[in-house]
Amino acid sequence: MNRWLPFEWIAAVRFLREGRLQTLFIIGGIAIGVAVIVFMSAMLAGLEANFIKRVLTSQPQIQLLTPDQVARPLRNGNGVIEDAIVQRPSQRVISIDQWPKIRAQMLAMPEITAVSPTISGSALAIRGDASRAVTLSGIEPESYFAIVRVPDYVVAGEPRLSSEDIIIGIELAKDLGAVVGDKLNVQAASGANRVLTVTGLVDLGNKGVNQRAAYVALRTAQSLLGMIGGVTTIDITVQDIYAAEDIAQRIQAANLVKADSWIKTNAQFFVAVRAQETSNTLIRVFVAMSVAFGIAAVLIVSVIQRSKEIGILRAMGTSRGQILRVFLLQGGLLGFIGSLFGAALGAGALIYWHAVQRQADGSELFPLILERRLFIITALLATVTGLLAATAPALRAAKLDPVVAIRG
Amino acid sequence: MAEAILRLEKVCKAYNVGLPTETEVLHDIDLEVDRGEFVALIGPSGSGKSTLLNIVGLLDRPTSGRLTIKGHDTASLSDTELTHLRGHTIGFIFQSHLLISAFTAKENVMMPLLVDRGFPSPEIEAQAGRLLDQVGLAKFASHLASNMSGGQQQRVAVARSLAMNPDLVLADEPTGNLDTRSAEAVFELMREVNRRAGTSFLLVTHNLDLARRCDRIIEVVDGRIQR
Repeated sequence: MNRWLPFEWIAAVRFLREGRLQTLFIIGGIAIGVAVIVFMSAMLAGLEANFIKRVLTSQPQIQLLTPDQVARPLRNGNGVIEDAIVQRPSQRVISIDQWPKIRAQMLAMPEITAVSPTISGSALAIRGDASRAVTLSGIEPESYFAIVRVPDYVVAGEPRLSSEDIIIGIELAKDLGAVVGDKLNVQAASGANRVLTVTGLVDLGNKGVNQRAAYVALRTAQSLLGMIGGVTTIDITVQDIYAAEDIAQRIQAANLVKADSWIKTNAQFFVAVRAQETSNTLIRVFVAMSVAFGIAAVLIVSVIQRSKEIGILRAMGTSRGQILRVFLLQGGLLGFIGSLFGAALGAGALIYWHAVQRQADGSELFPLILERRLFIITALLATVTGLLAATAPALRAAKLDPVVAIRG
Repeated sequence: MAEAILRLEKVCKAYNVGLPTETEVLHDIDLEVDRGEFVALIGPSGSGKSTLLNIVGLLDRPTSGRLTIKGHDTASLSDTELTHLRGHTIGFIFQSHLLISAFTAKENVMMPLLVDRGFPSPEIEAQAGRLLDQVGLAKFASHLASNMSGGQQQRVAVARSLAMNPDLVLADEPTGNLDTRSAEAVFELMREVNRRAGTSFLLVTHNLDLARRCDRIIEVVDGRIQR
């Protein structure tokens, strides 16, 4: 008998140990429940982290664009008749008004970490008989690479962009039969064209994007698209990505630009995450409930089986409080021990799933996130669930009339 | 005059009080047990012996009348105080389901002390060891209760009932489930404890031979004391 344990602990542990099979089965049940919760929580956190990582490294968190051009009919003027239908004007590609000033302002804001002016438009990439439509992005490599880690995605060549260079997507390179060092003729809609050397091939993780991506130096794009000195977007990254929408609204209010945050442009993702979280929470609650009912059922049976022993203990001078604690402890212990096995099982399943499940390109589906916090919280919750589940059986045991219990 | 450990004055017990099914099980019981007395309680089944024992053992409260144990009037005590008084002055020996099966013989003997003190200690263990030795079961100390014979279990129960040094031991047919030889051994053991330590015993039994060897016989018939 352990000298450091009080009576209640000794009795609780002995009772659990004596009911071997019952105890083993219920611990198995609890462990499976806990494993499901650990597995699902960790995987969801991993998927979310994966997406956030993409947000952080492959797209600007805020994009400043020229405001939409709208037709503004005169209203209520003398002798003015308003048409019933006002057509939306076609959106010309135009430069952001006074963009260097806006860029300077952005750089002065403490919550903004990087600002990069870019220009984009469509063009044709031609090599021999093959020609493909491309999305031409004119960038300043130093500032743009701080926002989109193009160098990380380079699979051949190097991320170098002088005014005669072009970096293209791997699918586009395949379609044109081009390799690093080849020359491409790039032609804009206006007829302007330039011959550029392929310095790098990038894989941005999406086939459609890889078929159209073409990065050139800002000046090259400006001259091709006929917008000398102009830019169409200003890309921004911020310190706190969750504050992006707030900052975007402030920028939009203060400048003649449209500011789109990643939160707004990825609204669908957030809806999906929220839906997942809701269903995850529901599953967790129901799993916890079924675990709780399991514990309660086992303990109720144990109280009935042991009612004579409880009566004898009461006759010996054991108080109702002591009996209550003996059974509460059993619930707590079951929850705690079950959660230890469950956490190990969940972590094992997660490691296995992580090793087996791959994305189409062979990269991991979700990063393996095994936070200590998750395990501590799960163990705590399981223990509390066990204690709560044990309340009814423990009260029943404490209320047993020793006379009735002993007579059986 | 000897000191009375237990005194019952006009004790009545009725069940379902106030209902049409009200039944009075004990009527006006007057009874006194002195320190060091070994009293047999006999009577046919259903005569109220067990109810009387439960009331004396503070497991049940009388409907009316006065129950005094070691000078404490029990009517004014709360449940917690009754539990405490019971733990410290009364030992129990039951006919069946005697021990707690998850514990060893020695731990069962320790149990009343453990419940009282809260933690195990070397003294408690030593005390339990001495008691087991007294009942001749020292070498069974580490056997699980469920692995012992009926007679052995009952001797462990006797040792357990003595753990708190009680003034009074209540034994409800302690030999009822035992063969003659084991029954004799258990009875002799109780008698010896009674002689040596001066512990009072109130022994419910159907065995008239055993009853005749007690200091006094009380017969209960239909809820009344006959002699």
